[in-house]
Amino acid sequence: MYRYDEFDERFVRERVKQFRGQVERRLSGALSDDEFRPLRLKNGVYLQLHAYMLRIAVPYGTLNSRQLRQLALIGERYDRGYGHFTTRQNLQFNWPKLKDVPDILDLLADVEMHCIQTSGNCIRNVTADHFAGIAADEVEDPRPTSELIRQWSSLHPEFSYLPRKFKIAVTGAAHDRAAVAAHDIGIRILKHPQTGEVGYRIFVGGGLGRTPMIAKTVRDFLPKADLLAYLEAIMRVYNLEGRRDNKYKARVKILVHEMGLEPFREAVEAEFAKLDGPSVNADPAEAARIAAYFAPPAYETLPASDASYEAARAASPDFARWADVNLFPHKVPGYAALTISLKPIGGVPGDATSEQMRVVADLAERYSFDELRVTHRQNLVLPHVKLSDLHAVWQALVAAGLATANDGLITDIIACPGLDYCALATARSIPIAQSISQRFGSYERQREIGPLEIKISGCINACGHHHVGHIGILGLEKSGQESYQVTLGGDASEDAALGVLLGPGIKGEEVPDAIERIVAVYLRERVPGERFVDAVKRLGLGPFKPALTGAPTRELADAH
Amino acid sequence: MAAAPKRPPLPAILIANTFLEGEVVFRAAGGWTPDPAQALVASDEAGAEALEREAAAGFARNEVVDAYLVDVAIGTDGVPVPRHFRERFKTLGPSVRPDLGKQAELRRS
Amino acid sequence: MLIDRNGATSEAWNRVSGADAATVTRPLVPFAEIDAALAALSDGAELGIEVPNTIRLAALEPHLVRVALVSIVFPAFSDGRGFSLGRQLREYGYAGRLRAAGPLITDQFPYALACGFDEVDLPEASAARQPPELWVAALGVMSNTYQRGYQSGGNILDQRRAARRNFAGGRP
Ligand code: HEM
Ligand code: SF4
Repeated sequence: MYRYDEFDERFVRERVKQFRGQVERRLSGALSDDEFRPLRLKNGVYLQLHAYMLRIAVPYGTLNSRQLRQLALIGERYDRGYGHFTTRQNLQFNWPKLKDVPDILDLLADVEMHCIQTSGNCIRNVTADHFAGIAADEVEDPRPTSELIRQWSSLHPEFSYLPRKFKIAVTGAAHDRAAVAAHDIGIRILKHPQTGEVGYRIFVGGGLGRTPMIAKTVRDFLPKADLLAYLEAIMRVYNLEGRRDNKYKARVKILVHEMGLEPFREAVEAEFAKLDGPSVNADPAEAARIAAYFAPPAYETLPASDASYEAARAASPDFARWADVNLFPHKVPGYAALTISLKPIGGVPGDATSEQMRVVADLAERYSFDELRVTHRQNLVLPHVKLSDLHAVWQALVAAGLATANDGLITDIIACPGLDYCALATARSIPIAQSISQRFGSYERQREIGPLEIKISGCINACGHHHVGHIGILGLEKSGQESYQVTLGGDASEDAALGVLLGPGIKGEEVPDAIERIVAVYLRERVPGERFVDAVKRLGLGPFKPALTGAPTRELADAH
Repeated sequence: MAAAPKRPPLPAILIANTFLEGEVVFRAAGGWTPDPAQALVASDEAGAEALEREAAAGFARNEVVDAYLVDVAIGTDGVPVPRHFRERFKTLGPSVRPDLGKQAELRRS
Repeated sequence: MLIDRNGATSEAWNRVSGADAATVTRPLVPFAEIDAALAALSDGAELGIEVPNTIRLAALEPHLVRVALVSIVFPAFSDGRGFSLGRQLREYGYAGRLRAAGPLITDQFPYALACGFDEVDLPEASAARQPPELWVAALGVMSNTYQRGYQSGGNILDQRRAARRNFAGGRP
């Protein structure tokens, strides 16, 4: 993974000092509160319902054990012993004091981490496929590109006061695990169909929030060397032309929509043509320098199967059940990537205690070349574990309460903090996730239902990605009470689709029953091998509508 | 940001976060308190205006941010309870972590 | 208050209407009145224009040879359009003075200079809170930046490149 050189090191250190100074200037009155607020946001500090919140960047979701241990320490020393992993591959602490934040930033800098641009109207933490470097369907590891973008976007003099936040995601694989179509800029690494040259396809204008949109292609193929100049051209068009009169219309997706894709593309290409590419782009040696950090670890040459692993599976049905669900095939024989679920049945999605972080850090160090990943599904991944080590890893996870076998299943629920923490929330989301998780806690039942992604947001901002959940749940306020809208058919993969509203909002305590009935319709109607989301796409909403409120489904059954 | 632009129905209390810590506090007779039971209750125009002045003054002194009035019902024990569920959560803590926030801290003390 | 990279500096320009451009030395006129100003001024006389940050570069291009100061208005510190406009002007080749006029904050000073600005014209209320020392100090906070092609001294990519070159004994 990437390691800071002297320049990166000095950069984060000076940035900490700068933030310390900003707090001091706010106290002295040199900065007004209106001026200070965007500055603290650009450093990941929010004021939430009960306390400040600090959002720590985990660039493209990659961490080492030392970093995770430091996060555990910060959690204990400055928080309440736990942190929350988010869909944006960040970590959030819910209880830090503003006066402690500079000290926390120093601790982060000690392990090459920071909070730079994890919020605010600037280019946010870059996200990438959490199976980068592992997946067999990968053209190229997206992390060198992501790291280049991380550096280029940090404290960018021209693009630090944008109309609105700006999110960039990179994938290097055919199967999109980075939801590039739901980002302001999505980058897909691909081979040129004719020449075989590796380059980028650039998508612009995706986003969720109150006006969800799927990103559109602005450039089919961009040579790798031109990346930064092309990004600068897009950012400049957005910075100059993006709306600033209404913050709900300020995202680039609205600009692309209002300008039209073609005129937007022309504006970007015109700006790109004028830019002096060679003076802006990273030279190939710099790209190579970064890429070298992501060279594959020293894998052993192993057979594709392992007798001890098979024996452990045979001996322990629980282990086999977990392995069936939480393993991801590694491109190197004899290895697997494994998902550490942060979704214990009935637990808070994405939360991990400091002790759990230490357990995972130890496992990563001992069994996974000192590397781990944060996924946009709010789970962790040990990317390179030998098959022969899996049983030992699993046993350690069991002891730490981290061995829930539900990756990609109905209890692997994404939920934003909602009204339990978030000042913008209109309703809670975590308790809804907990009640659904409890209802569907049985492993056999989850396996029978198969892949099903439930995503829950506590307000229209859609931090829980509800629009692209196979089942999306949006918490709103209706007549002074929490109320939940259910959408079906959303998809965050390369077949990106937005969910469609099933009907009027229902009460929180009615949600598990409604989900139960929706799932029952699916189980009844599905053809063999058909996933929930595919069944919804095939059937449409019709058969599911009565399930929302439990209205009689007799006619429907008769009609068949 | 000093004072809420719109005044809620009365009776009301003044809720805020301390600037340097972020802790939820209420305006009491002698200053800011973490305990909602101590909160001053404004039940008329003059009382609400007095609280709004405290909000502005507390903000100007860097004591608090995000100070605003919250309409409350007075419980049988005399303790003001916000009418809106959002503000109730704010006076308690995360509903999913009863071991954290005021719901835990005030019980302990 | 007018600030440049050395601190407070004195205003050499005089804000007038286009029609009155010839009544002062170094007139600074609204861009909309540039024709009147040019009509009033003798050929070699210096002219400054104040432009809104919504103007397109193409609209300015024909006038740039005649102009010695472009003052771009920042209506709010959070409105970053002026940074892009300034940078476009420099890329186009504009070599006169470039001014950011509006309630900027000191943290933006290095950004403004990197985008090609020479100076900041601060309204009094912001100036009162942010004395010149703070502006100069803001320039020393971050000694390096990651972006190439901007007018900031220590860009990391080029420093790395230089280090590589030295290491390779002068070979590129
Ligand atoms: C807890 C405090 C949070 C606040 C105040 C907050 C605020 C917001 C706001 C205002 C938006 C809408 C932006 C827009 O439409 O322009 C948004 C969108 C989003 N947030 Fe958050 N958020 C929070 C937590 C989170 C968390 C925990 C996650 C990850 C789990 C997250 C991920 C996202 C994502 C993915 C979006 C949608 C991106 C898009 O609109 O394209 N946020 N957030
Ligand atoms: S979706 Fe709304 S409630 Fe949930 S974290 Fe985002 S802003 Fe808060």
